[in-house]
Amino acid sequence: MITILGVPMQALFGQLLLGLINGSFYAILSLGLAIIFGLLNIINFTHGAQYMMGAFVAWMLLNYAGLGYWWALILAPIIVGLFGVILERLLIARLYKLDHLYGLLLTFGLALIIQGLFRNEYGVSGLPYAIPSELSGGQRLPFMFLPNYRGWVVVASLVVCIATWLVIEKTKLGAYLRAATENPTLVQAFGVNVPLLLTLTYGFGVALAAFAGVLAAPVYSVNPNMGADIIIVVFAVVVIGGMGSILGSIVTGFTLGLIEGLTKVFYPEASSTVIFVIMVLVLLVKPAGLFGRTA
Amino acid sequence: MAEAVMTRPGAPAAAGAAPLLSVQGLEGWYGESHVLHGISFDVRPGEVVTLLGRNGAGKTTTLRAIIGILGKRKGSIRYDGQETIGMASRNIAKLGLGYVPEERGIFSSLSVYENLMLPPRVKPGGMTVEQIYTLFPNLKERSGSQGTKLSGGEQQMLAIGRILRTGAKLILLDEPTEGLAPVIVQQIGRTLARLKTEGYTIVLVEQNFRFAQTVADRHFVVEQGRVIDMIPNAELDANIDKLHTYLGV
Repeated sequence: MITILGVPMQALFGQLLLGLINGSFYAILSLGLAIIFGLLNIINFTHGAQYMMGAFVAWMLLNYAGLGYWWALILAPIIVGLFGVILERLLIARLYKLDHLYGLLLTFGLALIIQGLFRNEYGVSGLPYAIPSELSGGQRLPFMFLPNYRGWVVVASLVVCIATWLVIEKTKLGAYLRAATENPTLVQAFGVNVPLLLTLTYGFGVALAAFAGVLAAPVYSVNPNMGADIIIVVFAVVVIGGMGSILGSIVTGFTLGLIEGLTKVFYPEASSTVIFVIMVLVLLVKPAGLFGRTA
Repeated sequence: MAEAVMTRPGAPAAAGAAPLLSVQGLEGWYGESHVLHGISFDVRPGEVVTLLGRNGAGKTTTLRAIIGILGKRKGSIRYDGQETIGMASRNIAKLGLGYVPEERGIFSSLSVYENLMLPPRVKPGGMTVEQIYTLFPNLKERSGSQGTKLSGGEQQMLAIGRILRTGAKLILLDEPTEGLAPVIVQQIGRTLARLKTEGYTIVLVEQNFRFAQTVADRHFVVEQGRVIDMIPNAELDANIDKLHTYLGV
């Protein structure tokens, strides 16, 4: 058996893949958070619950409407995104002129309510969601076994992250978004409907979370707590990458997933804390985060 | 008492044309502090007027109130006959107003070209990008640079240029010459003179009345949130002592 630094190669690559999968979810979720925070100045603590809702909507579509995974991949982000749009219009829009703290409290409270409702209805044991038949099975690579679905998760996440980044950096809509992030008042004074931009941005960020939720449904079981479990790590990722940095959140998400995977191989005891240790170190050296701009 | 003071400068001028912009009894607040106490003045189509006054007199606040980005305002601001006091700023802009803020408002996360293309067209008849590049050749050379990497003068040209693209007919210009080298100030002066010949109407906030004198038709003197005097440009030199007193120079 081939070993690297005393670790069997199979185990090393297995953990790296697992790290990359986790990193995919970190990247999509922190990307949504970064977009929302950048433009709306809202620390969206409901993000985890919205990710969980994505997984649940996929499960519901399958079990109540007979619509499978591929439908869910499109419909769940739209449905949960619309839910986000309603939240923004009804509640979040009232907080823009107040301190960050109010947005954090509101979205945190909403997350608790949403999780509570789902827990009440579906319990906490988790509901199964099968891997779509097109993606079952796997590839036997020279150094490891790659389940097809896991490969798909990584590819789909990368594509969505890069596409989002391109829209923000290269299109007219993205230019409005970047400009409104810097100076919403002036963009408004040019005749742009900034409140609409805010609503759509929140809806899109939430849709990203729901998309991650659908991707996650076959990997982890569909569970009301799945969002609460991951969101704390995702916030650490956002802090490390730099609040509001688009590229930073993508790169940091994948990288930290990999680091977490490596830690599981070489020093498993630290695998659940390594991200937070990195966060502390980054905050000490670069308080604005690795990709953040100091104001 | 305030009434008498405030109506005099805004009274219809001899030219007789209906004003394009008519500000009457405008009051404005920054949070709790009451900054504008009844600003009144008119601007006729194709006219260049300046708001002169000391720091803190309320000139910038008046422009912000006209474009609708002041938190709270009362009174009347009519553009082309339409009352805008209750309108959202994005809808005011769509009537054909363009705003060039004092801090220029160039976006650092946008390239020069993106900055130029950012404001949506509000009316037909705006300049093409090529025309703007002819007016400000520097912008063409640096179209790929980050907006805020431009020099102060170039940023000012960009801030003016991007408004000319939108088809706005009334341009609110807040201290375009502030902190710029004399040669750049001259270039901006020539640009304003050219815009005037093309029929643009301009409200210019200036501290530098020597510059204002080269481009404006009339000057409104603002003090403590009121328009206290109007001086036609032709009479500026005759009133120079009075103006020195107003401006404290």
